[in-house]
Amino acid sequence: MDKEDLSFKVRQDTGVNVRECYQCGKCTAGCPVGERMDLRPSVIMRMLQSGDTASEEEILLSNSIWLCLTCETCYSRCPMELDIPKVFDYLREKSYAEGKVNSQSSDIVTFHKSFLNAVERNGRLHEMTLILDYKIHSGNLFQDITLAPEMYSKGKLHLLPEHIKDKKGFARLFKDQFKKRKS
Amino acid sequence: MKIGFYPGCSLTGSSREYNESLLAIAKEAGIELVEINDWNCCGATAAHNLNKELSLSLPARNLAIAESEEMDELVVPCAACFNRLVMTQHELSEKKDLKKVISEKLQMPFKNEIRILNVLQFLEKHIVPRLDQLVKSPLEIDVACYYGCLLVRPQNVMKSERFEDPMSMDTIMQKLGANPIDWPFKTECCGAGFSISKTEIVGELSGKIVRNATGRGAKAIVVACPMCHSNLDMRRPAIDSYLNMKMDIPVIYITQAIALAMGLTPRQAGIQRHFVPVNLTVNR
Repeated sequence: MDKEDLSFKVRQDTGVNVRECYQCGKCTAGCPVGERMDLRPSVIMRMLQSGDTASEEEILLSNSIWLCLTCETCYSRCPMELDIPKVFDYLREKSYAEGKVNSQSSDIVTFHKSFLNAVERNGRLHEMTLILDYKIHSGNLFQDITLAPEMYSKGKLHLLPEHIKDKKGFARLFKDQFKKRKS
Repeated sequence: MKIGFYPGCSLTGSSREYNESLLAIAKEAGIELVEINDWNCCGATAAHNLNKELSLSLPARNLAIAESEEMDELVVPCAACFNRLVMTQHELSEKKDLKKVISEKLQMPFKNEIRILNVLQFLEKHIVPRLDQLVKSPLEIDVACYYGCLLVRPQNVMKSERFEDPMSMDTIMQKLGANPIDWPFKTECCGAGFSISKTEIVGELSGKIVRNATGRGAKAIVVACPMCHSNLDMRRPAIDSYLNMKMDIPVIYITQAIALAMGLTPRQAGIQRHFVPVNLTVNR
């Protein structure tokens, strides 16, 4: 295995040896979003085994890695006990850091980033802050426009966020975490 | 009896009724859940999808706080928070070098040894033994116990023996007088964190769950996760549009079911906060 191979880096970071996959396809068969994926989980495992640079690029640019719900069904059923969701976590982080997010997945990734922005700001998630940040960054301004007032009337939405007290200690956790990212 | 309590963000907002019903039944059973001081968000799906270090440091801060308050046990009712806290504990106990990195970031003493309980484990240990005295109005209805993903998978870390067909919630519901149905969607994914970013996927996945529970005669779906609840309850328009029909089955938290069986009022159980109206007086 070449040290430059994506599969080598995957093994270093996650401990998963993709070569142990013998392509039974059980992960793909049980995946709740498998039908929507451009590259299905077992196909991604096969492409990682190939060590081919073009395939690696294709994986990082795929819609699949973001459609994965991390429900862990694939891992729970894999006869080789390969932690595919953990491999996907690694692939997602790399795809995001290298600015290779598939355009069809941009709403999903925007939502994740809005979520972390909201957490970084207050220490806890304020749902209204999350929704506003997501609307601004995704451009989906009118989505769920009737939902928020209904949630508010049921006492499920607070207007003002809660803040944690140890702001300095908490800010240390976020420091430099998204620095290296290419846009 | 005092037990540490990590509510998590959902329980302070969109799943308030989960918090209200949990605290109400704990009070009935004489248990004090003590909220840990200055807790933060666990990072949820967003952190582990985008940044591994944050996905560990955010939960670890909460574990360190609970330890500093000398709690033996920490109850984490949100299945998503529970999963992240347990995964962090597992990962950092396996990888000492990673634990060192995270501890340095936290700048807090951190042994990583606290016992973390999900809601079903908490109920089994502390509430179920008291149920015989506390159940006043048995729930005589057919229910579908829905566990979702995060309480059972990955089974080696979550220590779930029957990860394809769990029974712990079914057993509790039986003790409340209800009849849990046998059905195949107990641990299918509801669409999880895609509620806002890919609502149509939630409509499809949750739709299949709601359709199966209804088809098998359940009069309510019982859940133990805020994400599952909001997808099955609040996303009912997306579900109805996927199924092309209006589904009426209500979705309640296991803690609400217990509260009602204990004779607390629907308001004390937070039933009025649901989108799909709840009527559990329907007979079989």
